[in-house]
Amino acid sequence: MIETLRRSFAIAKKDMLIFYLKGPVVIMGLIFPFFLFLAFLIGRNLGGDQLFVGLTAMTAFFTATAVGPTIIPWECRGRTFERLITAPVSLTTVLLGDFQASLYFGLAITFAIALPSMLYFSLSVGWITFLIATLLAVGTFSAMTILLSSYPPTDVPADVMMLTSLVKFSLLFISGIFVPLEKLPSYGRLVSYVSPLTYYVDALRHSLGGGYLPLWVDFGMLVLFGMAFFFTGVTIHRKVLERRFT
Amino acid sequence: MERAIEAANLTKYYGSFQAVKGVSFSVKSGEVFGFLGPNGAGKTTTIRMLTGVLKPNSGEIWVLGYDMLNEREKIKAREKTGIVPEMANPYVDMTAMQNLHLMGGLYGMSKREIEKRSVELLKTFGIYEKRNVKVRGFSKGMRQRLILAMAMIADPELYFLDEPTSGLDVISARLIKDVIREEKRAGKTIFLTTHNMDDANELCERIGIIRRGELIAIDTPEKLKQLVKGRVSVEVSFEPMRFDPSILSSALNVETMGDKVKIYTDNPDKTVKELVRYAEEKNLHIVSLRTLSPSLEDVFMELVGGRDD
Repeated sequence: MIETLRRSFAIAKKDMLIFYLKGPVVIMGLIFPFFLFLAFLIGRNLGGDQLFVGLTAMTAFFTATAVGPTIIPWECRGRTFERLITAPVSLTTVLLGDFQASLYFGLAITFAIALPSMLYFSLSVGWITFLIATLLAVGTFSAMTILLSSYPPTDVPADVMMLTSLVKFSLLFISGIFVPLEKLPSYGRLVSYVSPLTYYVDALRHSLGGGYLPLWVDFGMLVLFGMAFFFTGVTIHRKVLERRFT
Repeated sequence: MERAIEAANLTKYYGSFQAVKGVSFSVKSGEVFGFLGPNGAGKTTTIRMLTGVLKPNSGEIWVLGYDMLNEREKIKAREKTGIVPEMANPYVDMTAMQNLHLMGGLYGMSKREIEKRSVELLKTFGIYEKRNVKVRGFSKGMRQRLILAMAMIADPELYFLDEPTSGLDVISARLIKDVIREEKRAGKTIFLTTHNMDDANELCERIGIIRRGELIAIDTPEKLKQLVKGRVSVEVSFEPMRFDPSILSSALNVETMGDKVKIYTDNPDKTVKELVRYAEEKNLHIVSLRTLSPSLEDVFMELVGGRDD
């Protein structure tokens, strides 16, 4: 297990060196959520706590999902993937490495944005809740990228980016980020439960003393979503692996 | 261990197309085995099955005593194997040293081991001075040398090399061939696919030829050449180069090759005499005159029919 983690970290380091500064990653992971936050902010009379929750949740969601989906298509296009999977590591180890690359990127940027904004808005935050929620959420969003990169088995990063954007925006708009869960009509609330982002937003509100669902439900759902994304992603990757070479 | 690779009845379908048809062979430990075939014959599919990238529809594969159809055993076999896939690239956004560190990490080597071995390999392949330069700036030859160095990082027992010298400059190709010979001397087993018949002839102890997914011949290069022993040729160059093929009654076929003519014959003695007579009659100076036994290329052309599959 430790050996698997060590080897997957070697893959994560490679991803960090190569993919963090790729144009689409910077655009989708940093620039885009910034402008989306501006759209969320301008013309609305929102309090500091709502702005903090919106900014932190959007940052975590977009940064953690920026790197992962395109790694394997880029590897296939650059003709580096075959050697990677013929190394003495399993496909799961390779994907665990890609997962870590998304996780570290998501955590670093989210904390770099959330901590100064807490100070700026002078918020009193429940630290343990905030830390656990952010770790679980960024982990879940990173696991989501393993699923998103699994199908179609293409070597065109733009194809995956398009599908990923469609899924990400759908999940963003149905989550409780723009309208808190308690203010949603009951059908809207039901739809919002499909998005893992909903549970992170609710857990962040808990860290500020609010929240709609019980905190254990938020945490539990994030874990469940994360596990389901990762293991489903690994299964699909295994099934379509041969198609990447034929 | 007697056999490093053993493939039994390998079959692979892509949809309804059968790419590999019941291929069976074995490679002895310490042997350099060449795998030849025209484009689309099934070479890369076979090597991908042997390295565990593709699963055969039927058949068995044992590499270094490990069952390659078992996930755990496959990883164990790969621990002792160095692989250069067809048209593989190093990571161009990383330096040569970073590429080697990545591979060392994947083989579970310690940092100190990786550092020591990387320096050794970079010097062997003549790219040590460029160790901290991003690979994007490397020539094709340098990239291919680095790819082989990456495959050698863990000092494996067995190599799978898919077209390692394809499209390379003379210096890089020669360097890679020298390293292959050196690894052979060190007792390593090498499974090599190539289009270059001279490379196969120079490096391989045994050769398998695949055509349309079927293994059609497997033997030593010299024994394979005996399959086309009728194809002796005489190569001649005159000064000035004037030649009329109709004067040769013993020629089976005549090919013009630059400033030379190659005459295929089943009676080399008669052909040489006819050529010398022709040169005297026409007052031509003989620049060179050689009798050639069949080459591996002749064997290959004879067996595969001179066409891609």
